[in-house]
Amino acid sequence: MAEVLELLPADLPAALKEVGPRGALVRGLGRSYGDAAQNAGGLVMRLPGTTHDVGLDSDRGTVTLPAGASIDEVLRVIVPRGFFVPVTPGTRFVTIGGAIASDIHGKNHHVEGSFGNHIESMTMLLADGSVVLVSPTERADLFWATVGGMGLTGVILQATVRLLPIATSRMSVDTSRIADLEGLFAAMTEGDDRYRYSVAWIDPVAKGRQLGRGVLTRGDHAQLAQLDAKDASAPLEYGPHQLVSVPPLVPPMGVINLATVAAFNEVWFRKAPRGRVGEVQGIGAFFHPLDLVGSWNRLYGRPGMVQYQFVVPFGEEDAMRTVVERLAARGTASFLAVLKRFGAANDAPLSFPAPGWTLAVDVPAGSHGLGDLLHGLDRVVLDAGGRHYFAKDAHTTPDAIRRGYPRLDEWKAVRRAVDPHGMWQSDLSRRLRLTP
Amino acid sequence: MDNALGQPQSIVLLGGTSDIGLAIVRELLSPTTRLVVLACRDVQAGERSAAGLRHDSLDVQVVQFDGAAFATHQPFVADLAERFGDLDVVVIAFSVLGDAATTTTDPMAAAELAQVDFTGVVSSTVAVAARLRTQGHGAIVMLSSVAGERVRSANPVYGGAKAGIDGFAQGLGDALAGEGVHMLIVRPGFVHSAMTRGLKPAPFATTPEKVAAITAKGLRNRRRIVWAPGILRPVFIVLRHLPGAVWRRLPLG
Repeated sequence: MAEVLELLPADLPAALKEVGPRGALVRGLGRSYGDAAQNAGGLVMRLPGTTHDVGLDSDRGTVTLPAGASIDEVLRVIVPRGFFVPVTPGTRFVTIGGAIASDIHGKNHHVEGSFGNHIESMTMLLADGSVVLVSPTERADLFWATVGGMGLTGVILQATVRLLPIATSRMSVDTSRIADLEGLFAAMTEGDDRYRYSVAWIDPVAKGRQLGRGVLTRGDHAQLAQLDAKDASAPLEYGPHQLVSVPPLVPPMGVINLATVAAFNEVWFRKAPRGRVGEVQGIGAFFHPLDLVGSWNRLYGRPGMVQYQFVVPFGEEDAMRTVVERLAARGTASFLAVLKRFGAANDAPLSFPAPGWTLAVDVPAGSHGLGDLLHGLDRVVLDAGGRHYFAKDAHTTPDAIRRGYPRLDEWKAVRRAVDPHGMWQSDLSRRLRLTP
Repeated sequence: MDNALGQPQSIVLLGGTSDIGLAIVRELLSPTTRLVVLACRDVQAGERSAAGLRHDSLDVQVVQFDGAAFATHQPFVADLAERFGDLDVVVIAFSVLGDAATTTTDPMAAAELAQVDFTGVVSSTVAVAARLRTQGHGAIVMLSSVAGERVRSANPVYGGAKAGIDGFAQGLGDALAGEGVHMLIVRPGFVHSAMTRGLKPAPFATTPEKVAAITAKGLRNRRRIVWAPGILRPVFIVLRHLPGAVWRRLPLG
C-alpha cells in the first residue's frame, strides 16, 4: 500500500523532505499494466496537468507541456490547430511524463522511432531538490537515462515536444486480411516503409495453418482532397468520445473465456475486408480503439489480466513463431494480440524498442500454469536476443532484465550519480533490481 | 515483491524443518523466487532441508532461530530485512506437539510448550507484521490447526495454544487489512508428518503436499482462512456446536 498524493510542482520539494526509506515515485495516470507506477510502503505522487499551460509554437512546430498533461488533453488543443503528437500509443490516457518515462512507441515506430526521439528538452527536479534542463545536447547522459527510465532518475516537470503538422484530423487507412504469420512477416517487411503507420492485429487463438492470421492496417494522415464535402468543411475538427462502458456488474469470474474469445476473434477476422484502400477514419478509431470501451479491463473479472510484450531482432522470426504457437497451443483465452515491426532504437539505455518484431498480448491472470508458460516464453525471447517492456512487465525476473538490457549498468551509474540515497523507487524497480 | 501472478521473490519459513512448512515453500517456488530463508533452532537439520531445495538460481539460507527466545525476535526480523530486503511471504510453522500425557500433568512442561507454540508465535509474528507493514506489502501464513477450533481432551495444552494463535492471527490479520499485508490462517486436520509419526491418524487425515497446495491457492485468492482438507470446515461447524457431553465422548484419538 502507498499513499497517492496529488500536488503542484511547487509543493514537491517540501513533500520530498518527508520521504522515508521506501522512497517516492511521481507517476502519470497510473494506468501501466504492471507495477511500474506503484510503490508499496512509500509515497506516490501525481502532478496534475492543465491544458492552460500548453505552449504551442506554431512556427517552430513545437509544444511545451507540463508533464502531467495527458495526450488526450494535448490532442484537443493541438489537432484543431493543425498538429499531431509525434507518437501515440493505443490509448490517449497517458501523460507526457509517463510517455517519456516509458519511452512509448506507436504505429509509426518503424519510421519515426519512439517518444524520446521527439523531445527537444525537458526540465527535471532531481533528488537533491535542484531543477535542471536536459536535452540530447545538455546533460545528454541524464536525458537519455530519463527517457525510458521509469521515473527513477527524477521528476519530469515539463517537456518541449516536436509535433507533426497535419492537414486534416482524419486518417487514410489501407486494410488487408492476411492468412498466417509468414504472410504478415512478408507483407510488413515488403510494404511497411511506404506507410507512416503500420500495425497488425493477430488472432492468438488460431492454430495450425491459420497460426498467426491477422489483419494489417496501415495508413497516414489524410490530405484535404481525400475528405468528402461534409468533412472537408471542418477538416481539423476533433472530438473523440467513448462508445460504451463496461457495466459495473461483471460476474467475478469475468466474461472472458476461450469460447467468447474464439468467437470474438473469428468475427473480427471475418469482418475485416480482404483488402481495402484509402478508407477515411477518425483519429480515435485508428489510434485508440481501446478508449472506445470504458473500463474494458474489467471484462477479465476479479483476477484481472497481465500483458506480455517483447521484441525479438529481425532474423529471429522463428522465436516469434514459437511464442505464437505456444500461446495458441495452450488455448490461453487471449484477445487480439498486436504485432508490429520496429525501426531503429534510440540512445536511451533502457528504451524498449529495437529493430525487430514486437508482440503484445493480453492473458487472463487467473489461468492455471500461466507462470510456467510465461517463464518458458521468457527463455525463448532472451535466447533470441530479445527483451521485455518495463511498462507492461508483470512477472519477469532481474536476470531476464540484465540479459535483455546490456546497458543496464551504464544506466544505473547515471542514476546513482543523481540519486545516491535512493529517493526514487517503485515496486517494479525493487522487483527487477533497478534500484538498490 | 510478488509479481502479478502472485509468485513471491522471497520466502521465509520460521520452523525451517517443518514438513508442512517445507511443502508450502516448495509449492510457492517458481523461477521468480530468488531467496528462501529457513529459520530453525537446529541449524544442522535446517541444512539438510536446504539441500533439497537449492539449485543454481535459488539462494537458500539457513539461519538460527529460537521460537522460545522472545527477546531475539525483533532483532532477528530486522536482520533478515537488512540482509535480504523485502520479505514477500513469511510462513509461521514452528511448534512442538509435546507429549500430551506429560503436558497435561506437569505445569513446567505445559508452560514450556505454551511458550513456544503460543507466546513465541505471537512475539515473532508481531515482529514480522511490523516489518511487512513498513514495506507496505507481503503475506503471513499462520499454521493454525483444527486442534484449536475445538480443543480436545487428548491434548489440551497444544490445542489451547493453537486456539490462541488462531484467534490472535484473526485479529492481527484484520488490523493489517488496508496496509497491504495479507494474513492467511491455515487450519489443517491430521497431517502425516514427522511431528505426528506414530500417532493414530484422525479422520480426514491429509499430507503436507495437500496442505501446501491449499495454502498456495489461498494466498493467490487472498483468503483469510483455509481448511485442509476443505471438508473439515463443514465438519467443524457441526463439531463446534455439539453439546459438551457429546463432544467429550467422541472417539477422536
